[in-house]
Amino acid sequence: MTVHVSDATPAVVKTTCPYCGVGCGVLASPDGQGGAGIAGDTDHPANFGRLCSKGSALGETLALDDRLLHPVVDGARASWEGALGTVAGGLRRIAEQHGPDSIAFYLSGQLLTEDYYVANKLAKGFLGTPHVDTNSRLCMSSAVAAHRRAFGSDTVPGCYEDLDEADLLVLVGSNTAWCHPILFRRMADAKAKRGARIVTIDPRRTQTGEEADLHLGLRPGTDTALFSGLLVHLATQGAVDRRYVADHTAGFDAALERAQIIAPSIAATAAATGLAEADVLTFFEMFTRTRRVVTCFSQGVNQSAQGTDKGNAIINCHLATGRIGQPGMGPFSLTGQPNAMGGREVGGLANMLAAHMHFAPEEVDRVRRFWDAPNIITGEGMKAVALFEAIARGKIKALWVMGTNPLVSMPRADAIRDAIAGLDLYVVSEVLATSDTARATAKKTVLLPALAWGEKDGTVTNSERRISRQRSFLKAPGEARADWAIMGDVAKRLGFGASFAYTSAAQIFREHAALSAFENEGSRDFDLGGLAELSDRAYDAAPPVQWPLPKRAADPRKGQARLFADGRFYTFDQRARFVAVQPPALALHPTAKRPLILNTGRVRDHWHTMTRTGKSQRLSAHRAAPFLEIHPDDAARYRLSDGGFARVTTDHATAILEVAVTDGALPGSIFAPMHWSDMTASHGRVVALVRGMPDPVSGQPELKATPAAVEPVAYRSRGYLLTRSATPAPAGWWWARATVQGGSGLIFATQDGSREVALALRGLFPGHEIAEYSDHARGLYRLAAYREGRLIACLAVETGERRPDWEIAKQVFAAPEIEATDRRSLLSGRAQTASAGPVICACHGVGLDVITAAIAAGAGSVEKVGAACKAGTNCGSCIPEIRKLLPAALARDAA
Amino acid sequence: MGAKERLVVVGNGMASLRFLEQLTERAPGRFDVTVVGAEPVAAYNRVLLSSLLGGEVDEAACGFRGLDWYAGHGIRLITGAPVTAIDRENGLVVVGETHVLPFDRLVLAVGSLPIRLPLPGADLPGVVTFRDFADVAAIRAAAVEHAKAIVIGGGLLGLEAAVGLARLGVDCTLLHVMDRVMERQLDHTAARLVTAAMEARGVKMLLSANTACIEGDGTVERLVLKDGTVLPADLVVMSVGIRPSTALAQACGLAIGRGITVDDRMTTSDPRIFALGECAEHRGIAYGLVEPAYEQAEVLSRHLVGEEAAYLGTSLATSLKVSGLPVFSAGVVDTPDGADAITVHDAAAGLYRKLTIIDGRLAGAVFVGDISEQARCKEMIRSGAPLTLDDRDDLMFGRRQPQALAA
Repeated sequence: MTVHVSDATPAVVKTTCPYCGVGCGVLASPDGQGGAGIAGDTDHPANFGRLCSKGSALGETLALDDRLLHPVVDGARASWEGALGTVAGGLRRIAEQHGPDSIAFYLSGQLLTEDYYVANKLAKGFLGTPHVDTNSRLCMSSAVAAHRRAFGSDTVPGCYEDLDEADLLVLVGSNTAWCHPILFRRMADAKAKRGARIVTIDPRRTQTGEEADLHLGLRPGTDTALFSGLLVHLATQGAVDRRYVADHTAGFDAALERAQIIAPSIAATAAATGLAEADVLTFFEMFTRTRRVVTCFSQGVNQSAQGTDKGNAIINCHLATGRIGQPGMGPFSLTGQPNAMGGREVGGLANMLAAHMHFAPEEVDRVRRFWDAPNIITGEGMKAVALFEAIARGKIKALWVMGTNPLVSMPRADAIRDAIAGLDLYVVSEVLATSDTARATAKKTVLLPALAWGEKDGTVTNSERRISRQRSFLKAPGEARADWAIMGDVAKRLGFGASFAYTSAAQIFREHAALSAFENEGSRDFDLGGLAELSDRAYDAAPPVQWPLPKRAADPRKGQARLFADGRFYTFDQRARFVAVQPPALALHPTAKRPLILNTGRVRDHWHTMTRTGKSQRLSAHRAAPFLEIHPDDAARYRLSDGGFARVTTDHATAILEVAVTDGALPGSIFAPMHWSDMTASHGRVVALVRGMPDPVSGQPELKATPAAVEPVAYRSRGYLLTRSATPAPAGWWWARATVQGGSGLIFATQDGSREVALALRGLFPGHEIAEYSDHARGLYRLAAYREGRLIACLAVETGERRPDWEIAKQVFAAPEIEATDRRSLLSGRAQTASAGPVICACHGVGLDVITAAIAAGAGSVEKVGAACKAGTNCGSCIPEIRKLLPAALARDAA
Repeated sequence: MGAKERLVVVGNGMASLRFLEQLTERAPGRFDVTVVGAEPVAAYNRVLLSSLLGGEVDEAACGFRGLDWYAGHGIRLITGAPVTAIDRENGLVVVGETHVLPFDRLVLAVGSLPIRLPLPGADLPGVVTFRDFADVAAIRAAAVEHAKAIVIGGGLLGLEAAVGLARLGVDCTLLHVMDRVMERQLDHTAARLVTAAMEARGVKMLLSANTACIEGDGTVERLVLKDGTVLPADLVVMSVGIRPSTALAQACGLAIGRGITVDDRMTTSDPRIFALGECAEHRGIAYGLVEPAYEQAEVLSRHLVGEEAAYLGTSLATSLKVSGLPVFSAGVVDTPDGADAITVHDAAAGLYRKLTIIDGRLAGAVFVGDISEQARCKEMIRSGAPLTLDDRDDLMFGRRQPQALAA
């Protein structure tokens, strides 16, 4: 293992978590060896010291394995000079030959605001291409569009305190318990302390749904029917705030009229959504009779061909009741990425120009003057889906990808890989040398080593508009550099040096803040004027703060928790807009050939394409292989068995996934997580299956409803191989890779029998002491390889019906010394002492068996389980799973 | 009640003693018993000879029963007295010039003789066998400092002798004519583990080693292999097997094969005469192990007191420790084509377990290093009961919790 080398004095550094949009404060204590201790920052207002499983395990993700540490041109190591020359020369030539709009940038919500700002400025002001989009298009662009339609600006009205103060929390299309765990803990606290109720609206009954007071498992894509029905109900019950509507909004009558067409009654709503009338009524009454309502929405709303309408259907209900901008109420978009908001602020999307300015002539002129930009663009560029389609058509000749993995995360990613091969120039600014995107190639391919979390320095903005510092606490490894510095050097080579002569992130931040305030005077929500003259030292020390921060404010350094309390919005008439939404309909319907609807999403302990979380053994323990959730009735119909394999086929790709039969799935719907890539699995790229029909307003692709077929796949043998470093699977095998303590775990399935597997894998360990067990008549084989008494590898093979349990082997593999009894249990597959079982609590590494033992010993509540074995006492994201293990839950399930 | 029947037992080895114990327990005082042993001491534990050789135990510790036990049970014990003839017609046992013992019933437990290879030089002083106290004494006398010893024979006794010699600090080499030791009990893998264990104990192991001759001027000086290799030697221990002692039986006209032929009640061709232990041949098998001898002793004792009893043979099982390394072998040793084998092999840990399964039934087991579940294996081989899947795992790894590795 290679590690960061640092001569910096270890000290506690305050920084911000690089995962979801909650934006938790993290205290990093570098150990001087390239690692760091990680703790929650008790002073940070997003988390007050808490961290989820992913954040807690950040220290396990800092190793330099697989890092890109020097520039690479067409597969060969290159100097920075050579690589930057190739990039600048290529961009110049392509711009000259095909026009600047044949150049595209694909950016990322993982970029810091400063990097985002420089990329946006270089492309839109100097290269002169409008085609700058970002993976945030896949994440929250429908929320942005809904905000802009309703408020005239991309404004999140509320703040996290609203979650503490609400009496009703409605979670739409959000597995908050897994995807925004720290916010969910706040909600759970509100429930425990104040009796706040939680309603979940999701075709899947996720862990969040398990914790809810009411779960509405509606049919995919019918959210607008539910919220239209709610608007109608509010109107008929006299719950509309007529005065607010009259004074501060426009378009109510048209919106209500449309809602009455879509869902005129409780019965119609139930019919449209597939819900029971009683449940619909219960929810409507809860909403009607509770003033303090926060409606959180996330990817289930956004990642939809009607995502913008879904968002507006929700916002309509809040506007109708005047429940916005006040404590404990409002619509609340939970963003997925650490800096999706920062990207929106700089304008790093194809339908924005910069700093919440768009393409009105005066806006274009204002930005042109501020930047002194020679090639300012005047209109929108192509959004992600269209942009990649344009690459396939040859319209785009050069693509620069920064900090994202579209070959895994974009719909129809197989087609994108083919399209990229046709590019004249393909530039990837990356942290990993081995990501699917870094391994794709074009006619000219340049890989540029970028700084990772812990190395780079700048700001990010979370879901409640709070700007926090991500601070560097590790030395830059190899030749890696900050993205803004890389782009600055390219700009110089293109002749724009004067406008990109940045020497620090602070300098870029000041320019960004100044642009936000430039000729603003309250006309734009996004205003950081109060920070435009921040000194370097003040920038370094900057505490988390919520925008807007206009210079004219009484205390320009003090942020603002809520907007719109005064009922004034950023439309020309300062009135919010109701939106008459379209009737709900899926873009693509199931057919006889593709009878199921494929939903995609996340698991608790992995993040995006696993390029960071995949390095952590703790995070890899919760779900080790890509899987498919399916309802028992569908499983029976399609002959799938729990723990077996399913081939999932759409018109675009196939994947082979382990089957998880669960009644949490809606009949007719299947779910697969989006995290696995060619790096981590043979047949696990799930988003490649997805059609990705874009929302007509936001351009965000539908990732939650692609018609799909499933069929069982049988393998003759299944097994696992634990090795000290990653070992490739033989060609033709199904496999998934997961980091384990002390090495790498390969889970595999193959048509070979145990004898052939033994022959194939035994040869991996020449010169080792081999211990083995074989019962080939039953298809069983186990092997342990030792060198000088140290366990180097262990292998288990069983027949295809089931994956061998690897918990015992993982424990033995993790131990520094091997006992005689352990040697024996590696061969017998039986524990000598009680195994901890599959990991439930990733933070404390507590296994299922430990928790059930604690419960058997009398721990009758989540709290008591935590007191007994620490499970669930850190991030709490496993509490739903613990609760299900309690006797009360078992009794309820049996009833 | 008339005069007691006179029962004479010829031989006072382990089979003999076990028979006497069983008999006197079942029917104390029923017979007038006389035991005649050729060795000068009463029955002792031959299994401990290698420990005796290695100096781990003394002769006294090898003994089973003191002379008072024989006296206390009314048994007349005559030691150091080789029986010279049996007069069946008159019912007499003749012990040289000293005793003539009349019998109503006669039990032959005369054991076996160690085989001496008919090699040139095999009669030189310094060439010994390894069978009794006298052999051990002779070996110990020759095992002086810097002595070089060669053991011929890689069966259990040869291995034990070699380990005993090595423990005495003697430079010891073991020669075995086959390509693996204990080939009747161990497959190649198991034999390799035992060989490695022997080497770990300081014995040089030469396999596929054919002895051509033993040479020396008045005493052993060297051993020559057929491939021409010359091995210096001060002592050669031959441990190449045993031959049932049948001379006495043959001389008096009893039916013999390899051993003295007996039926399921251990009765010879003369209904008054019985045989057991290594001298007996039952259903074509002359056993060389203590366990069948003990089973035969029980059957015969019951038969003699009038109980229904029959000996049906002992399933071929070996359970022993080769110098502390536990070894078990039962049934089929080399897995035939078409049979299933389940194996665990961890050479570095000295562990090997193999089950051979034919037609779903346990046909053989070979264990080294950990011999747990041996009793159940023997029983399943004997019964021929079909194996369940759980059986396969349980026999391999123990029921529920696996047992700790036996040392």
